Amino acid sequence: MAKARGSRVQRPTPAREHEVLASVPRDQWLAVYTQMLTIRVFEEHVHDLWRRGKMPGLAHLYIGQEAVAVGVCQALRPDDYITSTHRGHGHCLAKGAAADRMFAELLGKAAGYCRGKGGSMHIADPETGNLGANAIVAGSAGIATGAALSAKMRGSAQVAACFFGEGALGQGVLYEAMNMAALWKLPVIYVCENNLYNEYTHYAETTAGEMAARSAAFAISTTEVDGQDVRAVYAAAHAAVQRARQGGGPTFLLCHTYRFHGHHVGDVDRSYYRSKEEEQQWRSGRDPLRILADWLRARGMAQPDDFERIERSVRALVEAAVQFALSAPYPEASEVHQDVYA
Amino acid sequence: MSMPETAATPPATGAVREITFAQAIREALAEEMRRDPRVFIIGEDVAEAGTPFKVLSGLVEEFGRERVIDSPISEAGITGLATGAAMTGMRPVVDIMFGDFLTLAMDQIANQAAKVHYMSGGKLKVPLVVRTTLGATRRSAAQHSQSLHAWVSHVPGLKVALPSTPYDAKGLLKSAIRDDSPVVFFEDKMMYTMRGPVPAEEYTIPLGVAEVKRPGGDITIVATSSMVHVALAAAEALAAEGISAEVVDPRTTMPLDTETIIESARKTGRAMVVDEGYERYGVTAEIAAVIAEGAFQYLDAPVRRLGAMHVPIPFSPVLEDLTVPTPETVAATARALCGRA
Repeated sequence: MAKARGSRVQRPTPAREHEVLASVPRDQWLAVYTQMLTIRVFEEHVHDLWRRGKMPGLAHLYIGQEAVAVGVCQALRPDDYITSTHRGHGHCLAKGAAADRMFAELLGKAAGYCRGKGGSMHIADPETGNLGANAIVAGSAGIATGAALSAKMRGSAQVAACFFGEGALGQGVLYEAMNMAALWKLPVIYVCENNLYNEYTHYAETTAGEMAARSAAFAISTTEVDGQDVRAVYAAAHAAVQRARQGGGPTFLLCHTYRFHGHHVGDVDRSYYRSKEEEQQWRSGRDPLRILADWLRARGMAQPDDFERIERSVRALVEAAVQFALSAPYPEASEVHQDVYA
Repeated sequence: MSMPETAATPPATGAVREITFAQAIREALAEEMRRDPRVFIIGEDVAEAGTPFKVLSGLVEEFGRERVIDSPISEAGITGLATGAAMTGMRPVVDIMFGDFLTLAMDQIANQAAKVHYMSGGKLKVPLVVRTTLGATRRSAAQHSQSLHAWVSHVPGLKVALPSTPYDAKGLLKSAIRDDSPVVFFEDKMMYTMRGPVPAEEYTIPLGVAEVKRPGGDITIVATSSMVHVALAAAEALAAEGISAEVVDPRTTMPLDTETIIESARKTGRAMVVDEGYERYGVTAEIAAVIAEGAFQYLDAPVRRLGAMHVPIPFSPVLEDLTVPTPETVAATARALCGRA
């Protein structure tokens, strides 16, 4: 899975990686687990709200990919930037968004992060460095790279992480942005989440050559990582963030992962593009939550009652967040004209 | 179309110089870059080359390559980067060499920059200026001659400026750079060498305020960008025939100063709109509709439009000159509206 391909592809040295991971205390791994579980439970409730007809529109669930968002955001400072995608709830939560205001946004309520004007695909929260989820595939490549340019010009030592799926590899603007990031050594990390499917089409049908060769062609430091293993993602992201902050320029972080659900909540019959067996294999053998839990258990860092306690508190928090959003008021009609112009 | 030697006179006190349209643009940029360290320029051949039109010559010498950034030929990429930089504390000015190349940056302009403020519930701002060009008759054919300001005027969240004189260019560009919304700023390539009076002391012109470039009583000619000079030339010819034309320059299509336009049409009772964009579904149609809605009962004749012909701009001078309004076609239309055909 995390096999390096191509001569320009770099991996953090095992010793360095080990050192970084060894410095993470138990409590932080439990916090990482808690965050991943929060995303999982949040998305389960999104699915539920949609099926009950409580949520307008559609949503793209992040279940299965939690380790990527959490692993990367663990390596970022609160004032670092992220840009996200249509499948963005996980990124927003991992960067620090609160579940209650997220749900409020999903339901189009005034208490939402965008006062209900953005919805599922446009959650932005400058207070946590989130420059916005983006419903155009690769649409935020320019924004994230520009935030990195801005950070460099202002001398702020901030870093920008640009999340996108492997489908974005079909968009030209991504390569325009990567070219400039490499030319100008901008502090940006391109986090490519290869969940195998461009909507309803396997990437093999849309993507010629090797994914990692694309960034290597720009001489961008490139790391491939098992996106189901939050520790591996964190170690790679940590190295990329350090390099960016020290003026070493961009990194392309290729995370191999899997979307457990369909392209969006309404994508129920998936048999024409992937098998139930494939889904089952990933769910049972490659669940990022279970991979971390197994590691924590094997290391004696967490006991069964720790997981039960975490699960109880996460479920209580998320359920309260749903209730908050359901009972929150909609925006006033007069708001429709507000904030067209700054 | 040939440009007049000098443009309309600005109201001004104190010292006034005659400078070119290009100099006015350059002065606005230099003053704003001195005033605000967040302002920077990014585009193709903007630094030592100073753009193919030499509009930016000298800026890199004063501000350095960190603030006058030569970019790859990547219109979408640089507009995207500028959008992100604008969202995070900078005030970029993007140079898109030809307005035709806006099409390459259209997702960044229309789906990103224009919508970020609204989509984020007002929390994020995009103080971005995209400077670009418009105008035909440079013998540059179909991909370097279009006037695509209607495209961006159509999208909520964008402001759009089209100065017609050096004075307006400088004052509007300074306001655009200080504005917290994205502004697309169109300069007619044929006007860069046009001279006009510009005060030595600092001034700005607010976005959304039209100017009556020539007062008149018989017919209103609303004209934009270089078409203002076409309209003024037509007005001069009409005056000799006893028709008094009022030329109104909106200066920005978004915001549009509907009040001044409607007021003029109500006063004269006849109105036409002249613009170098494609006539169909264009700026002329929008302004004509504004006049029809706001002044219908005052009008003695239907509102007329004159825009670019609905064809790709042809190369051959014989053909190209047919595609855009001229003083002759504007005067002929005005005569017909006044019952003097």
